[in-house]
Amino acid sequence: MNLTGRTISNGQAQGSALVSQMGISFFGGVDPETGLVTETGHDLYGQSIAGKVLVFPTGKGSTVGSYTLYRLKANGLAPCAILNRECETITAVGCIISDIPCVDLLAIDQIQTGMQVAVNADEGIVTITQSPCLQETT
Amino acid sequence: MNLTPLQTAMLDGAHGRAAQKSMQILAALGKIYGAEELIPVTSVQIAGVSYANLGEAGLAFLSDMADGGGKTRVLTTLNPAGMDIENWQALGISPEFARDQTRVIEAFSRMGVVATCSCTPYLVGNVPLYGQHIAWSESSAVCFANSVLGARTNREGGPSALASALTGFSPAYGLHLDEQRVPRLHFHVEAPLSGTFQFGALGKVIGEIIEKRATRPVPYLTGIPQASLEELKSFCASIATYGGAGLFHIQGVTPEASLFAVPAESITISSQQIHQAIEHLSNAADEPDFISLGCPHLSIDEIAHLAQLLVGRQVRKEFWITTARPIKQMADRMGYTRIIEQAGAKFAADTCCVVAPIQGRFKTLLTDSAKACYYARGKNKFNTLYRSFEEVVNEATR
Repeated sequence: MNLTGRTISNGQAQGSALVSQMGISFFGGVDPETGLVTETGHDLYGQSIAGKVLVFPTGKGSTVGSYTLYRLKANGLAPCAILNRECETITAVGCIISDIPCVDLLAIDQIQTGMQVAVNADEGIVTITQSPCLQETT
Repeated sequence: MNLTPLQTAMLDGAHGRAAQKSMQILAALGKIYGAEELIPVTSVQIAGVSYANLGEAGLAFLSDMADGGGKTRVLTTLNPAGMDIENWQALGISPEFARDQTRVIEAFSRMGVVATCSCTPYLVGNVPLYGQHIAWSESSAVCFANSVLGARTNREGGPSALASALTGFSPAYGLHLDEQRVPRLHFHVEAPLSGTFQFGALGKVIGEIIEKRATRPVPYLTGIPQASLEELKSFCASIATYGGAGLFHIQGVTPEASLFAVPAESITISSQQIHQAIEHLSNAADEPDFISLGCPHLSIDEIAHLAQLLVGRQVRKEFWITTARPIKQMADRMGYTRIIEQAGAKFAADTCCVVAPIQGRFKTLLTDSAKACYYARGKNKFNTLYRSFEEVVNEATR
């Protein structure tokens, strides 16, 4: 299945989806030294965003969060791509300065955690290549 | 979005890696916020300077932009650093922090950013004119530039402001556009106000009302016959902190107010609401162990007043006077610094109590700044005592 959205930050990546229903504040909400979500009460609390196709509605919080993404990338703990319903300044700037592909204006409710997702941010196309059930059986 | 040949060349990398990265940032923001073009800006103010907030990642990014050939194309000044650049030892800053902070300043300086290290660029030579498009971060200065000076800027973050500095452009959306500057909510201020402290409280009251509205309407104030630069500076810092406001109009005071009719929806602000806000800004039962004036940075007039109040008195607590370096130099020349330091207060130029690495060092802050109270509680976990400028000095010397 293909989803079409808007290019925010160029690049291509492929990985396993990690889906949140909540906004993410990278500054203070994600530990740049471990890649773990540290915001208490968050639906991804305690999970690692490293190497994942990170899917969430929109970003929030301090503009310093852009630098947190940069630091995650430098530490090898950044998501391989970010997909949003609607991107905002902090995530967009963070993705661009860190070379993380980012696409928004997507029907992200079509994506579930564990699905294999290919992101072609240059074209704004997201391809769901494998369902989570299939993944378990293969 | 329509790009000019120069902008396209920057995006394609013809003007170096830093300009390319910058143009990518601006183009993406323009796309997100529906801008039709990137417009030239005449001035930039960059926030995100304290190493305490940037960390190694922020420093790495800034160094990368400097290495990538980043050079400012318009006058660009800098927000406060995490320390007094010349006198950090006296303020208890560690040598490790001082070294890292110096690396940050050097990265900015290499790109041609003027290291003013102040949240009041309009007091130290970065003064945009009426109608000019600019790209400023530092929420209090954004509010001042838009509202008091009549220049036009969105509330930029550190990286987007840097991107504008290195390209000379900003996406034309939001407060750059006439229709976004139209006031939508009328506040009639019944309470008589005077001093930075009461204007700070007013900023909290109005800020909290507009913050609750999804549309975050531009406020239009009546009932304030006059306000000093210092009172407006305090009001700007507070309404930006508590309401995320980038622009307000005050009838008879700010330059664009006369362009607009009074908005239909009206809210009256009473003296009781101001007093309540003042009460809420204090949450400490104990004595203050840290006192600070200068959020936003003190003007030379405020320093003259402070010196007058401190003649022949002795300060009993850690008391920081935060201001821009050029203002401090004027205070040196005028003899104000001598009076203030003889009384036992300390100048902390280039920095402030919001961005200095002082978490855990103090328990209770006494200040006349509503903005400082917000960050002291949220970021540094201090208790706060909110008093007028004169009362702060009285308590400091009691």
